Amino acid sequence: MRDRPLRVLLAEDQALLRAGLTRILETGGLEVVATVGSAPELRVALTRPDLDIAILDVRLPPTFTTEGLVAAVEARRSRPGLAVLVLSQYVEPLYAGELLADGGGAIGYLLKDRVSDVDDFLEAVDRVAAGGTRLDPQVVAALVRSTHRRRPLDRLTEREREVLTLMAEGRSNVAIADRLFVSEKAVGKHTTSIFTKLDLPPTADDNRRVLAVLAWLRGGRA
Amino acid sequence: MPLTRIRSLAPTPVDGAGLGERLRLTAVCLVWALLAAPALALAIGSILSAALGPLAVGMVLAHGVVPATAALTRLHRRVAGALLGSPVIADYADTTGRNLVTRPMRWLTDGARWRDVAFLWFSATGGFVLALLPVALLAAPLAHLTGAVLDGGLFWWLLVLLGGPSLLVWWLITPALARARAVAEGNILGRSRVERLRHRVAEVAASRADTIDHGAEELRRIERDLHDGAQARIAAVGMSVGLAEKLLRTDPEAASRLLQEARTTSVEALEDLRSVVRGIYPPALADRGLTGGVEALALQLPLPVTVSLRVPRTLPRPVESAVYFAVSECLANTVKHAAANRAWLTGGLVEGRLVLVIGDDGRGGADPAGSGLAGVARRLAAFDGTLDVVSPAGGPTLVTLEVPCATVP
Repeated sequence: MRDRPLRVLLAEDQALLRAGLTRILETGGLEVVATVGSAPELRVALTRPDLDIAILDVRLPPTFTTEGLVAAVEARRSRPGLAVLVLSQYVEPLYAGELLADGGGAIGYLLKDRVSDVDDFLEAVDRVAAGGTRLDPQVVAALVRSTHRRRPLDRLTEREREVLTLMAEGRSNVAIADRLFVSEKAVGKHTTSIFTKLDLPPTADDNRRVLAVLAWLRGGRA
Repeated sequence: MPLTRIRSLAPTPVDGAGLGERLRLTAVCLVWALLAAPALALAIGSILSAALGPLAVGMVLAHGVVPATAALTRLHRRVAGALLGSPVIADYADTTGRNLVTRPMRWLTDGARWRDVAFLWFSATGGFVLALLPVALLAAPLAHLTGAVLDGGLFWWLLVLLGGPSLLVWWLITPALARARAVAEGNILGRSRVERLRHRVAEVAASRADTIDHGAEELRRIERDLHDGAQARIAAVGMSVGLAEKLLRTDPEAASRLLQEARTTSVEALEDLRSVVRGIYPPALADRGLTGGVEALALQLPLPVTVSLRVPRTLPRPVESAVYFAVSECLANTVKHAAANRAWLTGGLVEGRLVLVIGDDGRGGADPAGSGLAGVARRLAAFDGTLDVVSPAGGPTLVTLEVPCATVP
């Protein structure tokens, strides 16, 4: 457990959602140190030294396109490893690729709908703040569907594919075991088998494992 | 107005209006007949200048003859256009930036200039006969009567007897002759078929591009409306319910408040969805056609709008929809800018055209080139429709929408 509350920057232009998110984060024991509603404000706020994580909307004023995403990618260029959790009303694997491109981890990309599972959302915030990765199931499903490396993927069993998907979402072995109603040890066996079949170097580190799986799925594409 | 559209060619009862119409047309014919003289002179001048083209004298002649011809045909175009009720437009080749030598060269290869020359010959020959006939048929009996009264000879009185049939013929054929002459002028002096088609294609291409732009813009607007409205509210409902679920045990009171909030927000989300649907295809328009749609629209406006539409339910759906949104935009303008106390809307099908007139008693000054009305005009142009705005400062404002439209059986 952390010794102090996580400090959060929240960028969301719609008051209704800003209020809802703030309430949920505060209920979860986090400290929302700044809330902003536009891209220029976000750029300034991202330079604050006291941030543990930035939670931001993709689409922000003034142009209502992807300025949140762009600001996040830029901020991470000057502050590598800055934890960023991107929330959006729709997810694009393309944008996920842009966020993951620097390979630094500490990235989350979730649909706003996921916030309604409050505990899972708070867990995702914790995990990303700790350098982990959390991708929306929709993004992972799209990556799995579109990967060019069909053949090795077809060698996986049904169960192994489920484990791969949850792993790509950024879940720990414990969480995967919980979801699939199996033991942690069984999950460990599945992951070893997956890594062998996909010809990935084995690694004990959770975060690097996730990034390796995502890089494999994206098959060299940005 | 002496120069208005020729009324019906069908036999009309002998009355004041019919007489006035025929006298008016005979006067026009007299002018046409008189203009045959300058036309003949210019026709000869044109041929001479073209033949003498290589010599300096031909050039000089052309600089006098061609502009004079243009001035004469401009007058004829205006008269014929007024009588036909549709403008006769010339498309001379552009000669800006050309000098005294190269300009006549361009004239030589300009089809429109040669049609002017052809018109001069027509005006001096067959056109002259056409124009002179009504004048002669009317003038002869009068001249004979004058002769009979002054001279008193039997011969004059016999001629006067013939005057009756002459006047009858004048009464019967004057409108047809005047119209024939106007049609001939329009055909010679107006755009050729190819030019007309070229212009039509350009118009259609422009209106199609506008339609596509407009469609893309509308889709973007709908996406934005959904994203910022219903979608955001439903996400917020999810957040409230999720948090309430988490707090149910520890803080039931807060959980209950959150649920209440979620309920309110979900109602708002539905309201948002309804308003987006209204923006795409209003339910009243779908259920009741244009009349019902517009009546429903008028009821929701913050000023009294009297609607008297006589429109069949069998209009093509796209036309209904386009006209509905045009009316909606116009009335929205009235509400926003006109400071009006009341507005009214009338309309119906007139000879295969849907004509709607929207008026208000506001302060006027509406700008037809403003973004709102220009957008309406562009949207109607996709259906070959037009928008006419009369809005003097101080009001009132009258907006006329016209869309050609065949009813669907």
